[in-house]
Amino acid sequence: MRMLAFAKRNALEILRDPLNLIFGLGFPLVLLILMNAIQSSIPVPLFELSRLVPGITVFGLSFMTLFSASLIAKDRKSALLCRLYTTKMTPTDFILGYTLPVLPLCAAQCVICYAVAIALGLDMTVHILYAVLLIVPVSVFYIALGLLCGSVLSDKQVGGICGALLSNLSAWLSGVWFDLELVGGFFRRLASYLPFLHAVELERAVLAGNFEAILPHLLPVLGYAAVFLILAVVLFLRQMKNS
Amino acid sequence: MEAIRLEALSKKYKDTVAVDSLSLTIRKGELFSLLGVNGAGKSTTIKMLSCLTKPTSGNAFLGGKSICREPADVKAQIAVSPQETAVAPGLSVRENLALMCGVQGFSRDRKRTKIAEISHQLGLDSVMEKRAETLSGGWKRRLSIAMALISEPQILFLDEPTLGLDVLARSELWDLIRSLKGKVTVILTTHYMEEAEALSDRIGIMRDGRLLICDTAEAIKRTAGTDSFEEAFIRIVKEVEK
Repeated sequence: MRMLAFAKRNALEILRDPLNLIFGLGFPLVLLILMNAIQSSIPVPLFELSRLVPGITVFGLSFMTLFSASLIAKDRKSALLCRLYTTKMTPTDFILGYTLPVLPLCAAQCVICYAVAIALGLDMTVHILYAVLLIVPVSVFYIALGLLCGSVLSDKQVGGICGALLSNLSAWLSGVWFDLELVGGFFRRLASYLPFLHAVELERAVLAGNFEAILPHLLPVLGYAAVFLILAVVLFLRQMKNS
Repeated sequence: MEAIRLEALSKKYKDTVAVDSLSLTIRKGELFSLLGVNGAGKSTTIKMLSCLTKPTSGNAFLGGKSICREPADVKAQIAVSPQETAVAPGLSVRENLALMCGVQGFSRDRKRTKIAEISHQLGLDSVMEKRAETLSGGWKRRLSIAMALISEPQILFLDEPTLGLDVLARSELWDLIRSLKGKVTVILTTHYMEEAEALSDRIGIMRDGRLLICDTAEAIKRTAGTDSFEEAFIRIVKEVEK
């Protein structure tokens, strides 16, 4: 009950910020339509809808990190959290309250991207449903990252680190916008150690119906999600104690 | 009947003593003000009493419950209106109040009744559907206090409730705080001498974490040998320096 009331508030705060809607939904859709138009003129295998859409649905999640981190950082600044700490809300209420409302937003963003992609010519198959389902563990990683950043950074720092740095990392090291095999070397190896590339390849494999390829990419995503969630909880509890 | 009892309550941060062996009793329904210059230990005292931080030593009992051993029971009977305006900016006034009802675990019916009651009591009816971020400073403070009161606390902590408000908004908030006297035990921290004098049943003056004096405004003025409360405050605080 307490957690739900808090989660509802967090969902409203995110949805009512027009910038969130513009970046969370508008920006991935603009990229999808733009890259599809380029693909129509100059065909590039990387930008075929079946490879582009899974990448964009993952890339779009980096904005969810920004939203959750901003919300937490602003709450810390405004002393709203301080007020709520003096109520009977438990640490679990806070962590779930910040995490759960963002999950349906991630799924909605994914569904809308696929709906637009279908309108642009993507084949409608049951694999799209699986891709939407498997966006959930990927979303948990991105949300945990937001919880972590929001717990340690100020609201101004969140804009720079989550808004610029993270979205760039998520773009460069995920293989959405260029083929990492062409870059090769250290860059390719680094990408394989991080979760961004695995998240994109996971979604691509699901959409292609290449189910054997799912687990090798799902495991690192789940691993990173678990580690970042634990880190996020520890750091959130630490700031809760310090405040 | 006592609402709050502090027993040698202390808080140290590394080498700094923020609160030094504070002992004090506050009666039920009393409006008690804590005064002091910056760094006197007022906010740390409030943080300890509201279970936001643990004391290094000593204890305090709110409604007979220990802040060290029974923080959940203490939290059930208190509410805090922090120094900063702690409201959810993107939510309407009604939604902010509903959030606090939800956090308190109120049923749907009780939530509806409490929101109607508190909005009427605090004169918020005309702004119920406005988003908190669009409200003026005075209205935000009013909402902040309403969010604290909606849980029907027995003890209310008001940390600098009128800071930065204009004269009219401050006067309105004073009326509101006065109306709570006798019903709720209010602990007020403020930098405004006239505020403490006008509102408080008793006043405690702190410096360097210690309680220098605790009495009515009149008695404090008599002790300091002056008719002005501000002058009395200055004399008492400076006396310690000597």
